[in-house]
Amino acid sequence: MDINLTLIGQSIAMLVFVWFCMKFIWPPILGAIEERQEQITEGLAAADRGQKKLEQATAEAEGIIVDARKQATGILDQAHSFANEIVSEGKSDGVKERDRQLAAAKADIEQEANRAREELRGEVSAIAIASAEKILQREIDAKQHEDILSKLAAEL
Amino acid sequence: MVSEGGHGPQTSGEYIQHHLQNLQVCKDEAGEWVWNHCAGNPMTVNVDSMFWSILLGLVFVVWFRSAAKKSSADKPGRLQALVEIIVDFIDGCVKDTFHGKSRLIAPLGLTIFVWVFLMNLMDLIPVDWIPLIAGAAGIPYMKVVPTTDVNITFGMSIAVFFLIIFYTIKNKGILGFVAELTLHPIAPPTKGLGLIAAPLIIAFNFILEIVALIAKPVSLSLRLFGNMFAGELIFILIALLGIYQLPLHFGWAVFHVLIVTLQAFIFMMLTIVYLSLASESH
Repeated sequence: MDINLTLIGQSIAMLVFVWFCMKFIWPPILGAIEERQEQITEGLAAADRGQKKLEQATAEAEGIIVDARKQATGILDQAHSFANEIVSEGKSDGVKERDRQLAAAKADIEQEANRAREELRGEVSAIAIASAEKILQREIDAKQHEDILSKLAAEL
Repeated sequence: MVSEGGHGPQTSGEYIQHHLQNLQVCKDEAGEWVWNHCAGNPMTVNVDSMFWSILLGLVFVVWFRSAAKKSSADKPGRLQALVEIIVDFIDGCVKDTFHGKSRLIAPLGLTIFVWVFLMNLMDLIPVDWIPLIAGAAGIPYMKVVPTTDVNITFGMSIAVFFLIIFYTIKNKGILGFVAELTLHPIAPPTKGLGLIAAPLIIAFNFILEIVALIAKPVSLSLRLFGNMFAGELIFILIALLGIYQLPLHFGWAVFHVLIVTLQAFIFMMLTIVYLSLASESH
């Protein structure tokens, strides 16, 4: 239990170990720890930012989807009304066309009938004249008697 | 365990004494280095204490240096994580106590903590194992726990003591150091009749402060030495009991794990406190 040279030896050993630790052990380990702490802090902040961005993007996407849906509905409605319009237009066009063609046909028919009537009338008057000629056996001035003939024709 | 090393039957007293004897080499009056006849000779080296102390110091240095070399900010391995936990723990202790900037205090605390812890930990190796192996190899004495050698603990606390003085002078100057020793705790009067009493007060302060200063390394080393020596002695006494030692040994060893860690922590913490006191003006 005597105090002896060991004491000095131990003091020197301790100072050497402490010096070594101070020079070669402490700085790199603490440096690594601090660097990692920084990285972790940064990582957490980045994760936070990412989360926020994701939330933003989700909200944005939802907005876009809602908009798109609205737009789609609008387009669909428009298309429907357009289609209806086209159909009704087509209908009215058809009706008009039908009416027009009907009217045209009627007019044609009437015209034709009129023409035929006129022709008939002419022929009838010609026949009447011819028959009257034959009956009378003489020339009748067609021009003189035209009023009579046309009266006749009208009566036919 | 009553006999060992082929010395024949031993009494309990001899057994204990044998276990408390350092392996020594000293320079005698004739100037020759002799083994184990060194009682009262100050030119003695406790070879076993020095050997285990330096070996464990090297264990610390190699272990932590390899961790330091591999250390990077990437994912740490298991051993590196352990090292980093210890370093971070000590860094926290230092930052709690010492608010200045010092490149020395934290590494000093780390060295003291791990080194003293490893030296104390030798106490948990059953007391006969290493002495038996050494005896078989022809070494008559082998005390394996360096911190049960008062020279080792004093050696460390004296190194700390010189660091305290060095830091006080570095941070406060020689005058500051002298003022710290003489102007506290009673401030000497600086004018009037009280001037006559000033030298007396300064002398009183000086005696008080010098005792306080010297008490620091003494208490630091004796606390560690006393705890570890008592623990070791109880292990030796338990080892005398024969087969009944097993449960007792286990119980005491479990309790001793606490003492081992606690004493290493106390030595480190007080060193940090003393050095922060030396660096900060109060």
